[in-house]
Amino acid sequence: MITEDLVREVALDLLRRTVTRLPADVEKGLKDAFESETEEVPKMQLKAILENIKLAKDNVKPVCQDTGITIFYVSMPTGVEIDVEKAITEGVRQATKEVPLRPNAVHPMTRKNPGDNVGLRMPYFNYKFWDRDYLEITVMAKGAGSENMSKLAMLTPSQGIKGIKEFVLNEVVRASGNPCPPTIVGLGIGGSADISGKLAKEALMRPIDQPNEDPEIAKLEKELKEALNELGIGPMGLGGKTTVLGVNIEYAYCHTASLPVSLNFQCWAARRGTVQIHPDGTVKHITHEG
Amino acid sequence: MAIKLKTPISEEDIRKLHAGDIVYLDGTVYTGRDEVHIHALEAIEKGGKPPVDFERMVVYHCGPIMKKVGEEWTLVAAGPTTSSRMNSLEPKFIEKFRPAGIIGKGGMSQPTVDAMKKFGAVYFAITGGAAVLAAQGVKKVHGVHWFELGMPEAIWVLEAENLGPLTVGIDSHGNSLFADVNKSVQGRLGKIREKLGIA
Repeated sequence: MITEDLVREVALDLLRRTVTRLPADVEKGLKDAFESETEEVPKMQLKAILENIKLAKDNVKPVCQDTGITIFYVSMPTGVEIDVEKAITEGVRQATKEVPLRPNAVHPMTRKNPGDNVGLRMPYFNYKFWDRDYLEITVMAKGAGSENMSKLAMLTPSQGIKGIKEFVLNEVVRASGNPCPPTIVGLGIGGSADISGKLAKEALMRPIDQPNEDPEIAKLEKELKEALNELGIGPMGLGGKTTVLGVNIEYAYCHTASLPVSLNFQCWAARRGTVQIHPDGTVKHITHEG
Repeated sequence: MAIKLKTPISEEDIRKLHAGDIVYLDGTVYTGRDEVHIHALEAIEKGGKPPVDFERMVVYHCGPIMKKVGEEWTLVAAGPTTSSRMNSLEPKFIEKFRPAGIIGKGGMSQPTVDAMKKFGAVYFAITGGAAVLAAQGVKKVHGVHWFELGMPEAIWVLEAENLGPLTVGIDSHGNSLFADVNKSVQGRLGKIREKLGIA
């Protein structure tokens, strides 16, 4: 049985796992980066990052003090009659106290902080309805350092792929050390202004060792990754070979007259986690087993 | 060779530091980010003063996670926040309050580099996101001011012990590692553009 109590418990547990442990693909990417750096400064930055990941995991403490705002992706089977949103929101409240998470969510204008990471439209929910029999919850705990550097460009169709490359290159240079490199660059191409923004974030949910299924897009991901790593911005913007851990692209068809491109930065502390709740109440952790 | 420093730090000791030096820090450190900068400058404009004296002390661009155990605050995680958000406030903050150092990540813009040169301050870069590691360099939380600004934005009074490694990112002689990196990035752009077919 999928009950509200179970969903709340699972959301709390998912948040604890997600903010204290990084997904395996990201940790491997950082280890590889450490091996590939030869200079003292970037090596020291990556050493601190890897040491910190281990400390966080061993002590069950948040990898980064900015535990972000909580953005959920919920895939719903038919026939679920409980209030999933209410249960997850309660899980966020509880996680804020118990993990603990930093209370980050504030009113955008008064800047008043309710202290529990809950407010109007926060946590934020994205829903998908599917024909599988289990409920899947994915969370992204998104910090502001990387999010603040994100950008939307409404290119013209004539600017094409060259325009996309130019935009990405310029934005990574502009962001420099601010989004906590090595970053993952999420690109959402096409759709509309808002759709490209959502796609850019969804691109960040894909592991960095999984190229886009479309070989042409995968080629562009690889080309951009290699080019960006020649910039020399390096870990924390202090110079080095690793500026990005990966470039992930998602796209949607768009209007013949437009070419929206959104770039969403993910800091090296890529906190994303997925869990499934099956109809018999079995909980299966996808990104953070054990 | 790593350098050990203890707050308060004299201008003389700060002037001895050069961009690229590695420092470990002891002594009292104050957290302060957007709201602390805004409110401290507002306080002084109105003829008042902030609840702590920043002179020759170190300000940490950090919004920590704190947990109250009984009556005591304990530090859970305390990595740096993005310093560039304070770019427009820092030169004035340095002029008015004369801190010896700022700890943060990502570097700061030229007006701050200039202010640091003029008033004898440095910028210490600490690894962004490495919040548990940084928390190991804090042995005690002495207290909190302006808690009403919210946990991330308050002034937390931390007792540092071996806080680091800190890289001197901006020294008091006008040098900035971030500006150096940026310059070399600009130099590489032409070749990268060519490779991407957008030259």
